[in-house]
Formats: sequence, C-alpha cells, structure tokens
Amino acid sequence: MQASIQIDHAPAVQYLLRIGDTCLVHGQRIAQWCGHAPILEEDIALSNMALDLIGQARAVLTRAGELEGRGHDEDQLAFLREERDYRNITLVELPRGDFAFTVLRNVMVATLMKQLWQRLCDSSDAELAAIAGKAVKEARYHQQHAADWVVRLGDGTDESRRRIEAALAELWRFVPEMLESDAVDEAAHASGLGPRWADLKDAWQAEMSTVLQAAKLDAPPEAAFRSTGKQGVHTEHMGFMLAEMQHLQRSFPGGVW
Amino acid sequence: MSLPAVAARTRTDLAWDVLHSVLDPEVPALSVCDLGIVREVIAHDDGLEIVLTPTYSGCPATEVIEHDVLAAIAKAQLGPARVSLRRAPAWTTDWISAEGKRKLLDYGIAPPGPAAPDGAVPIRIFGRKADAVACPRCASLHTERLSAFGSTACKSMYRCLSCREPFEHFKPI
Repeated sequence: MQASIQIDHAPAVQYLLRIGDTCLVHGQRIAQWCGHAPILEEDIALSNMALDLIGQARAVLTRAGELEGRGHDEDQLAFLREERDYRNITLVELPRGDFAFTVLRNVMVATLMKQLWQRLCDSSDAELAAIAGKAVKEARYHQQHAADWVVRLGDGTDESRRRIEAALAELWRFVPEMLESDAVDEAAHASGLGPRWADLKDAWQAEMSTVLQAAKLDAPPEAAFRSTGKQGVHTEHMGFMLAEMQHLQRSFPGGVW
Repeated sequence: MSLPAVAARTRTDLAWDVLHSVLDPEVPALSVCDLGIVREVIAHDDGLEIVLTPTYSGCPATEVIEHDVLAAIAKAQLGPARVSLRRAPAWTTDWISAEGKRKLLDYGIAPPGPAAPDGAVPIRIFGRKADAVACPRCASLHTERLSAFGSTACKSMYRCLSCREPFEHFKPI
C-alpha cells in the first residue's frame, strides 16, 4: 500500500487546497449520482458537472503542488493525503442525500464558487487567474442548473416541497464556514492571491435569497454551529469517501490511465 | 529574409494544414481549427510547438486531442513537435469559425449563438421554452430545452416541437 504524502502548511498552499479540495470532493459526491439520478437527463447533467469540477480540481491541485515546491503532482495531492490534510468545506463531503439535497447543495456551492472564481480572475498568480477565467463560466452553468431545480422543487408538489425544506434545514448550518475568513484568507488577500471568503458573503446571500424567494423558501436563521472542513477537521463521512476515492491509487501505486 | 526563416514559416504553414485535418474526437464534424482551440503554431529551433486552449476544465477529449495532434504532425513528417496548453484567455464558443458553425448545423447540432459577455450575469430562472434555438433539421424555432447538459460537456439537449426530433445544441459559453 502506498504511503501518505506530507504537505506543506504555507498559507498560499492552504488557500489553494481549500479551492481544489472543495472542487474535488464536490465532484466526487456528484459523480456518485452517475447511474442513479431520477431521470436520464439529470444523470447526464450531474456527471457533466462532476467532470467540470474534477477538471477544475486537477488544475488547482497542480498549481498548489507547484507553489508547495515539494514535487507533488495532482494525483499525489488528490489520492495520497491523510484525511486531516484535506481542506474542503464540510458542506461538500456530506453524503449525497436525495435529489433535493443534491440540487440545494449544488446551488449553494456553485454560487460560492462563481463569486470566488470571478474574484480569482484578478489573482496575482497568473496561472490561478487563467484557471478561474475558464471555471467561472462553468460555475455559472452549474448555478443556473441547480437554481432552476430548487425553484421547481420548492414551488412544486407537496412532496418536492417537503424534501427541499428538509434539505434546507439540514444544509444551512454549513453556510457560515463558507463565508468566514481566517489567517489563510488574510495572507491571500494581502498577497493578491485571492479574496477573503468573507468578502463574498454579501453577493452570496443576495443571489441565494433570489433563488430561495423564487422557490418560496425561507432561509433558516444562522446557527451557532461552525463546521471545520477548511481547517482539516472533517465529519465522519469524509474517511469513508476517501477510502473509496483513494483505493485504486493506494493499492496500485502510480497507476495511470 | 534568411533561408532558415523561410523554411520555418513553411513548416508552420504545413502544420496548420495538418491541423485542419485533425478532428475533435467528440464532435468529429469539426477540426480542432474549426473549434478554435489552436491558438498558435510556433517553429522553435528544436521543433514545433502547438499551443492549444482547452474547451472545458474537465473535458476528457483534451488529452485525446493532444495525442491526435502530435500523431498527425508526426505522420506528416514535420519533425519533433510538442503541445502546450494556454488557459488564458479562456476558450469561448465565439472562437468556433463560421465554417465550423455551418459544419455543426450540417452534422445535426444547433450551433451556438454569441456567448454572454463576461461580468455579472444575474440568475435567470428559466423554463423550458426560454432560448430560441432553431432546429437543425427543419429550422423551426418552436423548440424546447430538455436539459442544459448533453452527451458531452459542450452540448445541451433540445427537442423540436414541429418535426418532433430531438437534437443537440452547442452551448454558448
């Protein structure tokens, strides 16, 4: 079995890992719909979005490895880290749930990522800016698609409404982590690498309230709970997901397509 | 102009000719040039450099295209060559040539309209009949979108309500 790699904890590397890991884990969870979505069109749509996200993750992790300077490539970073070295927001690691859970989470994440990529287009890191220029267009499509579904479910049948309300009640407590900043963000802001995520809060809330209003849903009040995925402390679901995700690379070290 | 410079330019021109025959593996009606992903062909002292801009971040065809491009250059005996990726500026469907759009239509795929300008795009909650995309078979505008995503990352699925045929639309991006 392939041993884990040790990663550098420099703020710039951490900042990129938060972005790359959020894309990677979100993509992995969405990909779990492949072959299981309620209708064929959605099966294809979700698989397409998973591909976009994993593509974005590849690019960002590659850049993280370059900035880290220890020779780690995208595959090593994706598959050979310990759970505590992943920096994704907790929201994306939760099991995929039902379709309502998935589309609500998708719109929450896509809205965040769209805002983030937009700001990253002006990053002082030219490579990150280039990745963002492409990814922002993809995030717009993801947001559009998920928002469309949230409205249809919220303003749909009694059953669809029951499900989207349950998803909202479950997922909303993971919002604060997405929109708060810490020393890693301050360092990125100071160097021009990227924005403080807290600076995305107003735009995120404005767009989400547009969606929720159209869906006739009310955002729950902000909870005291704080998730900690960005600090590397994950839920009990993360390890199981990583075990599945990493299995091939751990069992067949260096295996490539 | 010195002789080596002429030779280099000729090799570049020949490479462009070759690239016009390299087809997109997922939309084989289009060449990589029609698709607008070949940014530049540079003749270096140690060989040709073909600069490509990937279409979508996760497009699985990107690596196949790199391979096909190098194979075609090798087959044409244009000497050593390498492919490099240039991400910025990001690829847009506006780079698909007029010829490429015509080929798409002939192939049965509704070509993309102009891409939305960058910047703040408010969320549009659209129903199925929002975008007027003409059916590639009967040209009717009486169509509906079935899904924003299709068999490949670059396409969405539509249905014509006049001739009843389903068709794909190349998403403007």
